[in-house]
Amino acid sequence: MTPLLKVENISKFYGHRIGCKDVNFDLYPGEVMGIVGESGSGKSTLLNCLAGHLDPDTGEVLFEMRDGAMRDTVTMSEPERRMLSRTDWAFVHQHARDGLRMNVSAGGNVGERLMAVGARHYGHIREEAVDWLGRVEISETRVDDRPTQFSGGMQQRLQIARNLVTGPRLVFMDEPTGGLDVSVQARLLDLLRGLVREMGLSAIIVTHDLAVVRLLADRLMVMKDGHVVETGLTDQVLDDPQHAYTQLLVSSVLQV
Amino acid sequence: MSDYNFAYLDEQTKRMIRRAILKGLAIPGYQVPFASREMPMPYGWGTGGVQVSAATLTPEDTLKVIDQGADDTTNAVSIRKFFEKTASVDTTEETAQASVIQTRHRIPEEDLREDQILVYQVPIPEPLRFLEPSEIETRKMHSLEEYGLMHVKLYEDIAKHGAIATSYAYPVKVEGRYVMDPSPIPKFDNPKMEMAAIQLFGAGREQRIYALPPYCQVVSLDFEDFPFEASKADHPCDMCGATDSYLDEVIMDDAGNRMFVCSDTDYCASRRKAGHVGAQAAAASAALKETAA
Amino acid sequence: MYVAVKGGERAIDNAHAWLAEERRGDLNVAELSVAQIREQLSLAVNRVMAEGSLYDPDLAALAIKQARGDMIEAIFLIRAYRTTLPRFGASAPVETADMACDRRISATFKDAPGGQVLGPTFDYTHRLLDFALVAEGEASAVERGEARAEPTPHITEFLNKEGLIQTEVDSEDVPGDLTREPLELPANRPLRLQALTRGDEGFVLSMAYSTQRGYARNHAFVGELRIGKVPVEMEIPELGFAIEVGEIELTECETVNQFQGSKTEPPQFTRGYGLVFGQSERKAISMALVDRALRWEELGEDNLGAPAQDEEFVLYHSDNIQATGFLEHIKLPHYVDFQSELELIRKLRREAMENTMPVQEAAE
Repeated sequence: MTPLLKVENISKFYGHRIGCKDVNFDLYPGEVMGIVGESGSGKSTLLNCLAGHLDPDTGEVLFEMRDGAMRDTVTMSEPERRMLSRTDWAFVHQHARDGLRMNVSAGGNVGERLMAVGARHYGHIREEAVDWLGRVEISETRVDDRPTQFSGGMQQRLQIARNLVTGPRLVFMDEPTGGLDVSVQARLLDLLRGLVREMGLSAIIVTHDLAVVRLLADRLMVMKDGHVVETGLTDQVLDDPQHAYTQLLVSSVLQV
Repeated sequence: MSDYNFAYLDEQTKRMIRRAILKGLAIPGYQVPFASREMPMPYGWGTGGVQVSAATLTPEDTLKVIDQGADDTTNAVSIRKFFEKTASVDTTEETAQASVIQTRHRIPEEDLREDQILVYQVPIPEPLRFLEPSEIETRKMHSLEEYGLMHVKLYEDIAKHGAIATSYAYPVKVEGRYVMDPSPIPKFDNPKMEMAAIQLFGAGREQRIYALPPYCQVVSLDFEDFPFEASKADHPCDMCGATDSYLDEVIMDDAGNRMFVCSDTDYCASRRKAGHVGAQAAAASAALKETAA
Repeated sequence: MYVAVKGGERAIDNAHAWLAEERRGDLNVAELSVAQIREQLSLAVNRVMAEGSLYDPDLAALAIKQARGDMIEAIFLIRAYRTTLPRFGASAPVETADMACDRRISATFKDAPGGQVLGPTFDYTHRLLDFALVAEGEASAVERGEARAEPTPHITEFLNKEGLIQTEVDSEDVPGDLTREPLELPANRPLRLQALTRGDEGFVLSMAYSTQRGYARNHAFVGELRIGKVPVEMEIPELGFAIEVGEIELTECETVNQFQGSKTEPPQFTRGYGLVFGQSERKAISMALVDRALRWEELGEDNLGAPAQDEEFVLYHSDNIQATGFLEHIKLPHYVDFQSELELIRKLRREAMENTMPVQEAAE
C-alpha cells in the first residue's frame, strides 16, 4: 500500500525560535495519526504547515492526488492548494467560530463546500445538508438557524458536518474537543469515533488530551520543543512509553 | 469651454483609460484598476462612466445618455450637457442613432448593434463586496475563482424567502470565469447582456473598469431548481401597449391609482409614433373625443 | 392623462439660477472679493488647498466663494480643476529643515536650539467672542522682531544622535502617485501619507482621536510642530540642475512614540509623520498619529483590530470627495431598481400569504 501523505523533513522557525524541526512520517489511507504534546510543543505549527496554512522553511508534504501521483503541496500553486482544501482536505478548528460562517444558516454552512465544488441544485444541497446535520445529531428543524443560536458542542458538530460533507480524503483536526465541557467532549468523541470508523477517514489530530487519541488514533507522535520525541502505535506509546517526556505526559494524565 | 481638452480629459489620461478598457475587453469580467480622475461631477454620479465615455468618444460620435432608461432625467441631462460642452459631439435620444450610449441602471429595449458601445455607470463594481468587505480578500477570491460564497448567499435567500431575493445588480458569471456585477440594472435586463455591442463598465470612485466584448457569454447565477427569472411588472405599457419592456410604476393620484409605462422613454415614444396605443392612452383619447363632441 | 415628467433640463437651469442668487445673498451687502477670502479666511483657504491637493491660495479662495463656504464643495471644485492641469514634472523633495518657521514648538523639550516659537496660534486665546470685530476696525500695528537667520534644526535629530529614535531610512524608490495610479493594497507608507494629507480633516482627526482613546494607543508626544515657508525646487532637464520655482507654506508634525523593542532591537522611540499644505496643524498632528498607528506591522506590533490600524479601512474612507459623492448619489433617481424591489416584495408577500391562507380557511 502507498501512503496517502508523506511528510519529509518539515521545519518551521520563528526567527531564532524553533516552531518544529525535521518532522518525518507517512500516513496511510484509513489511518488516524495523533500528535500530542503540551502547548508550545510545535504540534499546531506542524499541523498548519501540513495543511498549507503556514509555509514551512524546509521539507515536503507529499499528497497522493486523485490520479495517484504524489504532489508536494508546499510548492504547488495557491489555486491548486486552495482547490485541495475545499475538496480532498478538511480542517476542523479548535474554535468552531474559526471554521464556521457565523452569519450563515447551518444548512448554508454545510452546503458551502458542495456549492464551492459546483453543486447547483438547491433541493439536493439542502437534502445533503439535512442528512449531514442528522449524522452529527443536529435536528432538521435547526437547518435554517444560524450557528450563533447553537451551543458550543453543536457548533463543533456543525463544523465537522461542514467539513465532511464533500467526503474529504484527509482531515486535519486541531484540538477538536478543546474548550468544551467534559460531558460535551464525550459525546463529540463518540460521534467522531463513529464517523472515523464508518467513513474510513484518514486524519491527523492534534491534541493535548490523551483520551482523545486513545479513542481515535491508530498511531501517535509525541512532540516536545518542536521535535518528535517518540512515535508508535497508540496503545504501545500510551501503555509503554519509552521517552522520559512521554512517561511524564502519560503519568500526568493518569493522575487526573 | 475651449480651455478644456476634447471631452475634458487630457490625452494622456484618455490613453491610460483606453489601455484599461482594452485590458478589460481582453479579460471579460475582470476588474481592471485605473487611476480615476476627479471629474467635475461628484463621485457616485457617473464619474466612471463619464471617464470611459470621454476616452471612447471621437468627434464623429453621436452620444445618447440615459438614466433609469430615460433621456430626460436630471442626471442624464447633466451628463449629456457636459459632453455637448466639452466634446461638441452630436447627441440623440434615439437608441438606433447613437454610436455611444452612456447608461445608469438600464439597458435599452432595442437590440444594440456591433457598431455601438454601451457604457455603464457603476457604483460598486465588486459583486462579492457585501459578502466580504476587504478588497484584498475579494481580489484573491477572484484570482482563485473562489465563488462558493456567492451561491451561499443565493442559498440563504431561498432558505429564508423561498426565492432568490436579488432583484437588481444580479450577479453574473462571464465566459465561465469571472463573477461580475452588472451594475444596478434590474435583473430583467440581465439576459440582454449577451449582445452585439461592446459593453464597458466604469466605476470612478472605486477606480475600476471592466468590459464585455460582443457576444460574450453572460450567465446569471442561479440554482437548477430555482432558475434565474428575468421578471418585470406583469402588465403591458399603458402608453404604448408594449408587453416586452421594463415598466415603471407611476402613482397617479392620492387614491394610489397606478399605471405602468415603459422605463425606456425612447422605446415608448417610437412605438407610439408607429401607432401602438396602450390602455390608458386609448381611454384618454376616447375621453378627449367625447368632450369634443 | 399621464404625461411623463419632462423638463429635466429646465429644472436644472432654474436650480442653477437660484443657486447663483442665493450665493450672492442680499445685494445691499457688499460682495466678498476673492482677495478678502484669501487674506481673511486663510485657514479655510489652507484646508481647501490641502484637501484639494493644489497649492493655489487664489483658486482656493475662489472655490470657497463659489461654494458659498461649503468646504467640501470648495475642495471638490479644486480637485476637478486639478484634473485638467497638465503635469510638467515633479519637484525635488522640499527640505523642511530649511523652513523659515513662523511657528515651531516641541512638547518633548522645554527648550531647544531654535527655541519655542508660538507664532500666530489660537492655542492660548480665550475663546470669547470678540465683539470688537463686528465694528470693522483696522488692526493695530504690532511689534516686529528679527527673523532667525540660520535654519532651525529638527527636534528629532537630537534624539537620533543618541540612537534613541528610529532612523527613517532614505528610500531610493520613486514614491507612487495616488492621483495618477490606482490605489492597490497593501499600500506602502508614501501612499498612505499621500492619502492622509489630502484626507478629510474631520475623518483623520477622529481616527487620531480614537488612537488616543485606546483603539491602538501609541503614546504620541508632539516631538515637533513647525509651520512656515519652504522653497520648492524643480530639476529642469535642459539645465541639468534644480532651480527654485516658488515657495509654499507647510505644517509639519513629527510625533515621538513609544516602542517596546523586540528580541533583536532594544527599546527605541518611533515616529509618526504629518505634512500638510498651509497652516493646518490640527490636521498635521492627526495625520502623524494615524500614520504611526498604520505602521504597526512594520514595527512588529500587534494588530488590535482598531480602525486606525486598518489600512484598507482608513485609505478607502478618508477621502471626503469620494465619500460625499457616494453618499449624496442616493438622491439620484433609483426608481428602476426600486421597481424591481417592489415586484419582488409583492411576490414574496403573496407567496407567504398563500402559505398561511389554507390554515385559516380550515379554521373557518
